[in-house]
Amino acid sequence: MSNVLLQYATVLVLSAFVGTEIIAKVPSILHTPLMSGSNAIHGVILVGSMLILGSANTNLEEVLGFLAVLLATLNVVGGFVVTDRMLEMFKGRKPKPKAKSDEVTP
Amino acid sequence: MSRETLIDLLYLFSATTFLVALKGLGSPKRARYGNMVAAFGMLVAVVATFFKFVDGHALHHVGLILLAMFIGTIIAVPTARFVEMTAMPQLVAIFNGVGGGAASLVSITEFVHIKSTNPATYVTLEVLLGVLIGTVSFSGSAVAFAKLQELMTGRPVTYPGQQIINAIVGVVALALIVTILVQGSTTLLWILLVVAFVLGVAFVLPIGGADVPVLISLLNAFTGIAVAASGFTLGSNLLIVAGTLVGASGILLTRLMSKAMGRSLSNVLFSAFGSNVTATGASAIEGRSVRSGSPEDIGVLLGFASKVVIIPGYGLAVAQAQHVLRELAEELEGKGVQVFYAIHPVAGRMPGHMNVLLAEANVPYEDLLEMDEANTELQTADVALVVGANDTVNPAAVNDPASPIYGMPIIHADLAENVIFLKRSMRPGFAGIDNELLYNPKTLLVFGDAKDTLTKVVAVVKAS
Repeated sequence: MSNVLLQYATVLVLSAFVGTEIIAKVPSILHTPLMSGSNAIHGVILVGSMLILGSANTNLEEVLGFLAVLLATLNVVGGFVVTDRMLEMFKGRKPKPKAKSDEVTP
Repeated sequence: MSRETLIDLLYLFSATTFLVALKGLGSPKRARYGNMVAAFGMLVAVVATFFKFVDGHALHHVGLILLAMFIGTIIAVPTARFVEMTAMPQLVAIFNGVGGGAASLVSITEFVHIKSTNPATYVTLEVLLGVLIGTVSFSGSAVAFAKLQELMTGRPVTYPGQQIINAIVGVVALALIVTILVQGSTTLLWILLVVAFVLGVAFVLPIGGADVPVLISLLNAFTGIAVAASGFTLGSNLLIVAGTLVGASGILLTRLMSKAMGRSLSNVLFSAFGSNVTATGASAIEGRSVRSGSPEDIGVLLGFASKVVIIPGYGLAVAQAQHVLRELAEELEGKGVQVFYAIHPVAGRMPGHMNVLLAEANVPYEDLLEMDEANTELQTADVALVVGANDTVNPAAVNDPASPIYGMPIIHADLAENVIFLKRSMRPGFAGIDNELLYNPKTLLVFGDAKDTLTKVVAVVKAS
């Protein structure tokens, strides 16, 4: 039994390290999309909510499961949509290339 | 390949797309693509789950699941599409809260479901942690939402004995957890749910508006951890990976934000910062002279500069002046003036908020400088233009050990040759502290609404 627990713990520890490494490289200009994007990612609780409602035997479990799926869907869909909308706004300087040194006339 | 293995492989795929999304956020160019990849990965995981067997049979209540998803989607999409960018913090707070609520419900229902099988103690512990953390995140986010949406005061809410009462609620929650571990009582679980709800509310009430960026990051981490705990209970690697990633990102941002405020996390959470406003401000203002100017003065000053650094604060968004500001920057660039925006990490109401507000006004992201870069540019800048910012440029954070913001890293506007300060009035900023920079002989103050002032300045620059 504790083999399973150990396997989950391994996944947890590795994810924590990988996550920290990757997220530390996100520039502060994108911290809001990072928050809303990671927000959408924890909406994966939708999968858990589906399993809960899908295995519900009693009315109580059905009500709680239904609520869980509803809330988790809000989380996932809202999170991804709003993050996409934000990231769409981040645009670079299109017409002129970044190097400004050779520009004399304004 | 068995059905279960295939589904697990699809879950692995989803988990990978989440990592791709986070990696994509390393640069504004790839970020949007990454987000779409993760959304696709999420869709794959959801579809795969429909084919999963639980307790030896296919999913029940598929119709109910679809109905709940349908309702969730028709609420979420318009909300996410039409929300104002200034309202982003409360939107993130509420989406985060419902995620925490879902995690908590999953844990509770799983407990009710497996209780008859006498689950191992560690399983019960996972459930209880999921319930506790998920519920605190839910109710805490709800209060944060109410504060940001101005449904209630943004100032810290304090009452006598608050710390002690909070501590007691916390201890009660822990005692309940221990008792449930020993007895496995469902009744006590419901009581724990209520106590956790109260704890979330009590925990957020004393945190003031200025500290909300830290709070939201922390609540995000909580939901991530609650999801990971549910993953343990349900035996899902996908939930563990995703929850842990979010937990890590939330904790990292929380630390960055407290550092950007020059305060410890415990000080942010427990000191009710900003509750004694203007205690220091009022007396210092009297009898000191400031240099005030007109929009024409600024227009001329800016027109003759060769490098201008704009330092925006949340006041800019309140005045809805982002677009005029960008127009001004474009006019100046057209005259050969170099223009940068210096963004303090806590400018706005959540981490990175100011960048989003400026991106919305079509400011190219190359022009947005992080604090350290900005301070380097300021050394050679002719003009620092402060719009709607206050505490983030306050030299007291460096010079005055008695100041409440002492130790906070700031943008050194005073390094520039000239400082222009656009201000509505002499009122102190969010943290309620007087700003020495206003009295600096280099500083030219322009009173009035930022949008009006900037519109006049644009006209002056155009004409010159």
